[in-house]
Amino acid sequence: MQERGLIQTLLGLAATAALLVSTPTARAETTLRIVMHSDLKILDPTWTWAYISRNYGAMVYDTLFALDKDLKVQPQMVDTYTVSDDKLVYTFKLRDGLKFHDGAPVTANDVIASLKRWGARDSWGQQLLEFTKSLDVVDDKTVRLTLREPYALVLEALAKPGSLVPFIMPARVAADEQITDTIGSGPFIFKKDEWRPGNKAVFVKNPDYKPRSEPASGLAGGKVAKVDRIEWISMPDPQTAVNALLAGEIDVIESPQHDLLPLLEADKNIELRAASKRGQQYMLRFNFKFPPFNDERVRQAALASLSQINFLQAAVGSPKYYRTCQALFGCGTPLAEKVEGDFLLKSDFAASKNLLKEARYDGKPIVIYQATDVNSLNPLGPVAAQLLRKGGFNVDLQAMDWQTLIARRSKGQTMAPADGGWNIFLTTWAVEDIMNPIVSVALSGKCDKAYYGWPCDEKIDAMRLDFAKASDLAKQKKIAADIQSHAYKFGFYAPLGEWTGPSAWRRGHVGGVLEAPFLVQWNISKK
Amino acid sequence: MAAFVIRRILATIPVLGMVAVIVFLILRLTPGDPATLLAGDNATLAQIEEIRRHLGLDRSIVVQFVSWIGHLLRGDFGESFFFKMPVAALIADRIQPTLSLALMTLIFTIVIAVPMGVIAANRRGTWVDHAVMTFSVGGFSIPVFVLGYLLIYVFAIRLNWFPVQGFKSFDAGIRPFLSHLLLPSLTLSVVYIALVARIARASVIEVLNEDYIRTAYSKGLTNRVVLTQHALRNAAIPIVTVIGMGVALLIGGAVVIESVYNIPGLGRLTVDAVLSRDYPTIQAMVLLFSFIYVMINMLVDLSYAVLDPRIRY
Repeated sequence: MQERGLIQTLLGLAATAALLVSTPTARAETTLRIVMHSDLKILDPTWTWAYISRNYGAMVYDTLFALDKDLKVQPQMVDTYTVSDDKLVYTFKLRDGLKFHDGAPVTANDVIASLKRWGARDSWGQQLLEFTKSLDVVDDKTVRLTLREPYALVLEALAKPGSLVPFIMPARVAADEQITDTIGSGPFIFKKDEWRPGNKAVFVKNPDYKPRSEPASGLAGGKVAKVDRIEWISMPDPQTAVNALLAGEIDVIESPQHDLLPLLEADKNIELRAASKRGQQYMLRFNFKFPPFNDERVRQAALASLSQINFLQAAVGSPKYYRTCQALFGCGTPLAEKVEGDFLLKSDFAASKNLLKEARYDGKPIVIYQATDVNSLNPLGPVAAQLLRKGGFNVDLQAMDWQTLIARRSKGQTMAPADGGWNIFLTTWAVEDIMNPIVSVALSGKCDKAYYGWPCDEKIDAMRLDFAKASDLAKQKKIAADIQSHAYKFGFYAPLGEWTGPSAWRRGHVGGVLEAPFLVQWNISKK
Repeated sequence: MAAFVIRRILATIPVLGMVAVIVFLILRLTPGDPATLLAGDNATLAQIEEIRRHLGLDRSIVVQFVSWIGHLLRGDFGESFFFKMPVAALIADRIQPTLSLALMTLIFTIVIAVPMGVIAANRRGTWVDHAVMTFSVGGFSIPVFVLGYLLIYVFAIRLNWFPVQGFKSFDAGIRPFLSHLLLPSLTLSVVYIALVARIARASVIEVLNEDYIRTAYSKGLTNRVVLTQHALRNAAIPIVTVIGMGVALLIGGAVVIESVYNIPGLGRLTVDAVLSRDYPTIQAMVLLFSFIYVMINMLVDLSYAVLDPRIRY
């Protein structure tokens, strides 16, 4: 009897659950809910190189110049500009009506303070400021940049799309070391009072923003906010994000995991497209500080062992989302340069073994760091290990999480591989961050001041400087081709092919997604 | 009783002190560097060093520890390296989802597991007992995230009864609050129910063999009265103990459940903090969880006196 009562209670509980059947949560028609590639943690895009902070900056701030979808520089906050005949004086006049979110006008002082802040941290910005004799206020809306000697990449630097971007901030904010102020002049206003780290970040349309009249193209043109509110929902579990999109609880996933794409492709209500057709390029980097990769022949042996397709098949899977690419500055970019032959496309283990013999490689294990918790990087380590073993190397593959990897990576400058250091790590770069010899930091040869791996090569730095001074695209292309040829000969790193990560959104509900280096959120509409 | 409570509360101080030292040292000895993570992939070593100085990580471990303890004694958990927000504010922001999840899970557990165990004991050897034991083994064996995905697939995606993810606070209304909480709580409670039902069954079976139970029956009491007023009450101490011990299970499960159901609670805050080596947040979370665990054990001890008049503190 009492058991029957208990069973009735349990059934009652189940019935209560059924009564709580949810209806879709009420929400404004123009609230766009997006799961970004990571949680927004730092509100200073000039403090961190994290892409999520760069993307946040693109919402809140604006730039003087920007790249269109064909990677051509276009004025953005700048209305008109002039360049003196001797190419030493650039004068920028700001557009009318530019205002910060607090209502203050954007002035020349703000521009100068922001560029100085950016130039103090960004490597390209540093180079630009080294060439700069003075940055002066002409009037409230006009800035004059005077160079010591011609520098061909002034506008390109000011339109830099990857971290760190020269965003224009209020001068009072730009003076701070690490800012927490979120006042910008971009198309969206950050709602700091609604920001819940690890949960969501909220942006609302900036009613005072004056978009350019040109149609939106890449990061340039009219940045028209077509939704009233954007919420970046943080979802650490990629499967949950996919489930939420399928159930219509969110509108867009910026970067769904590759192995979950078949689930999304199978649903006719989901549209998949990469915002950036250029995508990213995988990189295998050597540590030049320790044997055996301090020997050019050993680096060449490693390059001979590698084959891009093996990495791409393992890490990406579907050929729809990868392509082999030998161009160090990315395929489909203005400086893309073909390489003759099967270099990096087909392994030549015999050549590798011969080179190792010639270099008298002693068989000591080479340490490869493998990041196991980053889905797009995890398979690269085992593939590299397998190919290098076949090429005659003795390999010690060390698995660790990405956070540990990047912490140990910096110690590899002084710590021998046998003591916890490394010989090889693998990573990935947005093509826009390697699309020319200046922005591609892995091509620096400045020893201890160079990117991880710390190669010493004065020649490449001289060539990079020549590139920065080259007066036209034809000369730049020639120098870039020479740099690529030299970099391959020197063995700076191995590009392992390119891949794209499509964004996913609800078909018919979301429209206007632009082709750009990353998922920009102006121009996106929602029904 | 009051003296016991005061003694137990005072006893938490050395426990938390030990925890503070251990967590501080373990974090400093674990590979990983918050400055490197903050800087991002392209930052130079000089820039990372600048950030390290900014965070105070360039100081000796002893100086860092003394500084942290000093702030802690003043009730200041410090500031998150990443969010530039007080850790206390981050915790306050996350406490409601986790507390709601934990309470709902406890309610499910007590309401379902205890009766299940009692029924199984009373019907020992029958199909009811076998069914409860099978559920118990199954519930204990299935990983909590697998069960979570299964329930999401069936009830949220196929049947569309519940939302897939997220959390709505109580202020948003009882219906959205409960509809967002039911599936995660149910998922988390399954392992807990399995554990408690098993213990409840074993305890009640043991009690049912006692002489006083036979006496109760011989006095003509109904089966229901004997089970609820005599057997269950005497079997309650091991059940309450296992419910208390299970809080550790619940904390661990909440970390997984909050990720699977995208609930912005303390579990996720802890995972995020660990992954990003946000030392002040990790330290505060470990201390908080230790404190909760110690307090729950104290409550369990106190409940013994309520359940068994022979026990006095």
